Amino acid sequence: MKQKVNYLATFTNGILKENPVLRLVLGCCPVLAITTAVFNGIGMGAAATFVLICSNVVISLLRKVIPSGVRLPCYIVIIASFVTLVSMIVKAYVPALDESLGVFLPLITVNCIILGRAEMFASKNGVFASALDGLGMGIGFTLALVLMSAIREILGAGQFFGLQILPESVQPMSIMILPPGGFFVFGILMALAVFIERKTGKPLPKNAGCAACPAGENCPGNRDEEAEEVGK
Amino acid sequence: MAIKLAFIFFSMILVNNYVLVKFLGICPFLGVSGKLQSSVGMSAAVIFVMVLATAATWPVYTYLLVPYGLAYLNNISFILIIAVLVQLVELTLRKFVPPLYKSLGVYLPLITTNCAILGVTLLNIGTESLIDPSAPYYTFAEALVCAAGAGVGFGVAMVLFTGVRSVLDRTQPPKSFKGLPLTLVSAAIVSLSFMGFGGLLENLFGISA
Repeated sequence: MKQKVNYLATFTNGILKENPVLRLVLGCCPVLAITTAVFNGIGMGAAATFVLICSNVVISLLRKVIPSGVRLPCYIVIIASFVTLVSMIVKAYVPALDESLGVFLPLITVNCIILGRAEMFASKNGVFASALDGLGMGIGFTLALVLMSAIREILGAGQFFGLQILPESVQPMSIMILPPGGFFVFGILMALAVFIERKTGKPLPKNAGCAACPAGENCPGNRDEEAEEVGK
Repeated sequence: MAIKLAFIFFSMILVNNYVLVKFLGICPFLGVSGKLQSSVGMSAAVIFVMVLATAATWPVYTYLLVPYGLAYLNNISFILIIAVLVQLVELTLRKFVPPLYKSLGVYLPLITTNCAILGVTLLNIGTESLIDPSAPYYTFAEALVCAAGAGVGFGVAMVLFTGVRSVLDRTQPPKSFKGLPLTLVSAAIVSLSFMGFGGLLENLFGISA
């Protein structure tokens, strides 16, 4: 019984409590770059979810075989193989998506969410739990992408999923689908997440993005801040 | 030829800035841009590795993968080459150039999984040209210049943004905006200013992209 509850928690963890984009601030590059239309957001989310589940399962299966000294290169090769698989499938069956995602499809390889989950979860847990974790994180990633691309597409193009939402007479703010709009909407959404957090009274873990990053220990930004805090 | 190279170099810095316009390498941009010293160090390491990685991946792709019909392996082979290269550079610097290792070394492990590095190598061999035949497939010299330009552009964005952040540190934003949200909103304004460079180079060099 207790086992079941744990699986459920593992699954929902990625969707709300540790949403990779809005809470852990991982994988920001595709979040900013491809969220110009909801179609792209869903496509990117689905591709990343597939890679997350597959790489989590394989890494979890191999976790006792991979020596810890070379584990990061091993993870990267496993992830890159699945990314190659996904990008070939997308190229063959959804060429429109391939066109709009461009270089960000192969760049799923270096998305910190996937490497981060491999390092933090799949290398320490069983196969089923890792698959669920990948699914939850993938859904959380997709939801954040869809939310952000919906805002940008409605404000920037007056459309939602290609359908005209705003009346033609309303001039859309095309800045929203240009690069500055990406930074802006992401900043506002993150402020909103912090605001909701403060109202519900649970403090955000400080510096969650850096702490969750696989390179966290080596990160000079992180190190400086810690040194400062000790100094104070 | 020289004009074409200069055009590529400056377009990578101003018009196609990797951080502010193409959204590659956002993590170090947000994470390491707090202090001038660390942002300069990170940018130097990025320029260095970008050029080296391009110098290694372009010949491998052109003379090994393409002739044997293995072009679809570009992603796996590039990430491996980059990972090995970064390790090699780290070891070499530590052994032979300790002062340089001291200033760049801490940033090198971060760079393996930096999407700007993999991005520049993939864009240089024209990943996008598979979709759009008119997109550039650079020659070796052009690819190197493009990589250097992308790195310098990253550095320009980092250093400029460090200045912005030093001002932000002295402000009193609403509590919810404190930290990352405020940083992102101000990055939006910096990015907006880079939009102003669009079309500048076509007029300056008299060639179209």
